[in-house]
Amino acid sequence: MCATMQTKGIRKRRFSTGAYHMMLLPAVILVLIYSYGPIMGIAIAFQDFVPSRGWFGSEWIGLDNFKYVFGMPDTMKVIGNTLLISFMKIIVGIIFPLTLAILLNEVKNVVFKRSVQTIVYMPYFLSWIILSGILIDILSPSGGIVNNFLQFLGMEPIYFLGDGSWFRFIIVASHIWKELGFDTIVYLAAILSIDKSLYEAAALDGAGHMKQAWHITLPGMRPIIVLLSVLSLGNVLNAGFDQVFNLYSPQVYASGDILDTYVFRIGMEQMQYGVATAVGLFKSIVSLIFICVSYLLAYRIANYRIF
Amino acid sequence: MMIERRTPSRVLFLYANYIFLTLFSLTCLFPILHMAAMSLSSNSAVTAGWVTIWPVGFNLDSYKYIFGNHIFLQTVLVSFERLFLGVSISLILTVLAAYPLSKSNLKFRSRTIYSWYFVVTMIFNGGLIPTFMVVKETGLMDSIWALVIPSAVNVFNIVLMLNFFRTQPIELEESAQMDGAGVWRTLWSIYLPISKPSLATIALFTIIFHWNSWFDGMIYMNSPSNYPLQTYLRTVIVARDLTNMNGSDLSVIANISNRTVLAAQLFVSMLPVLCIYPFLQKYFVKGLVLGSVKG
Repeated sequence: MCATMQTKGIRKRRFSTGAYHMMLLPAVILVLIYSYGPIMGIAIAFQDFVPSRGWFGSEWIGLDNFKYVFGMPDTMKVIGNTLLISFMKIIVGIIFPLTLAILLNEVKNVVFKRSVQTIVYMPYFLSWIILSGILIDILSPSGGIVNNFLQFLGMEPIYFLGDGSWFRFIIVASHIWKELGFDTIVYLAAILSIDKSLYEAAALDGAGHMKQAWHITLPGMRPIIVLLSVLSLGNVLNAGFDQVFNLYSPQVYASGDILDTYVFRIGMEQMQYGVATAVGLFKSIVSLIFICVSYLLAYRIANYRIF
Repeated sequence: MMIERRTPSRVLFLYANYIFLTLFSLTCLFPILHMAAMSLSSNSAVTAGWVTIWPVGFNLDSYKYIFGNHIFLQTVLVSFERLFLGVSISLILTVLAAYPLSKSNLKFRSRTIYSWYFVVTMIFNGGLIPTFMVVKETGLMDSIWALVIPSAVNVFNIVLMLNFFRTQPIELEESAQMDGAGVWRTLWSIYLPISKPSLATIALFTIIFHWNSWFDGMIYMNSPSNYPLQTYLRTVIVARDLTNMNGSDLSVIANISNRTVLAAQLFVSMLPVLCIYPFLQKYFVKGLVLGSVKG
């Protein structure tokens, strides 16, 4: 009795949370300035912002920036492009890694399996600067290896990155090239977590490997497939700034311009800060709604919770 | 152990599978091998389209050229500088923020408030222009700190670290405090030594993040001599022009072209990542759920 009281006393006396607050202080200050600062700065969206006059001196114009943006013919086209590219990426981004994971799962040779995984995984870690540098060279209509090959086959060279109808295809294909390895590893982990006895029972009942893949592996992976696709809904307005920005050119704006590149051009090149922030805010709010809806769906369908 | 039935169709499938997977991974690897081969080939072979994945007219002139190129070396230096500053500052901030947040609500009652304070920034951000204005207003433009400070606090890393601290037995801390160690001392002498593997993982993530970043360099740096490597590479890729070529001697010029030199630069800038990434493979699966939250 006496001993417990004593330890309690010691803890109470010695234990103050002051040190904890001190530890958090640097991160709190930096987040305040560089995360909450910009969130406050969203006010620019409702201003006719002039940098020389600053936040306090610029004129408040209500929703005029939004009216201006949605009055521009490009805006709707850009939103359309963004959604189209995102959805293509989501769908193809499920089919390819899933197929690769199922095929890799059939491989029993560990060294071979690991090598394929490591090779396919590599582009994931390279920046879009490097990958676009490579893509621009190999897809070049004059002397790029892909077009050399097409000419060798007797075909006309194709300007992949300058032709609106090819551009989206290249965007989706190169997205798969970069992200494939990561998603494949995720799906492989999901396959490994499927109960092995199911396969044994199926084999006893005379089901071949094809049937096992179709009736056990795929249904077993359904939760993770649903989860990943639902969660990617929250990112539907992020069609890949780094990628598009480094691959596109004015020739393909009609089919390849996305919200983020649009904001960049309005804001950083045309210096229309208020308008660009308004588009950014619109994007953030829609994304926030999508994120909430997708988490709700993930919770309902896959019983997945983050918090 | 299950008995494998080896029907002819099964054997055929297995062979087809091996062949398909081999071809497929070679396709993924091909562009990178092609780049490496081009950087080691002579200009005439590249122009003629003879180079595939093996150097034709092998020479190191493109590499000699880029390592004699003042601007390229300068930008590599900037990249290493931001790597060093960025990784050390991020690690310190991550550990300092994660440790208190890993404590229970009973012990540290303000924990919930702090957690929400950080989590909100994961879901919502100010966007391009307001962030740019804040960096400008805080006087970081055109200095190395613009590449380090705004991204120094990574909430995702804090969550990773916090979860690691939380898996440690509570007795660890209690015994240290019984022996009279204060909070700082407990963190420094008890928790830090055992978190080396987690710290190493976060450091590798951060290294790749800083090495690959290019956008901040482009918008925050006014003079190209302050560009980090990736930002500089972008100007080369977009401009497709080597303005500094006149300074070199002609014997080198004969073997190189914009394409071979760019290939060499791309390959050199890939190398650090290629050396690190195989070590990261297993950690990515662990962070799967968190990763998909962050998107």
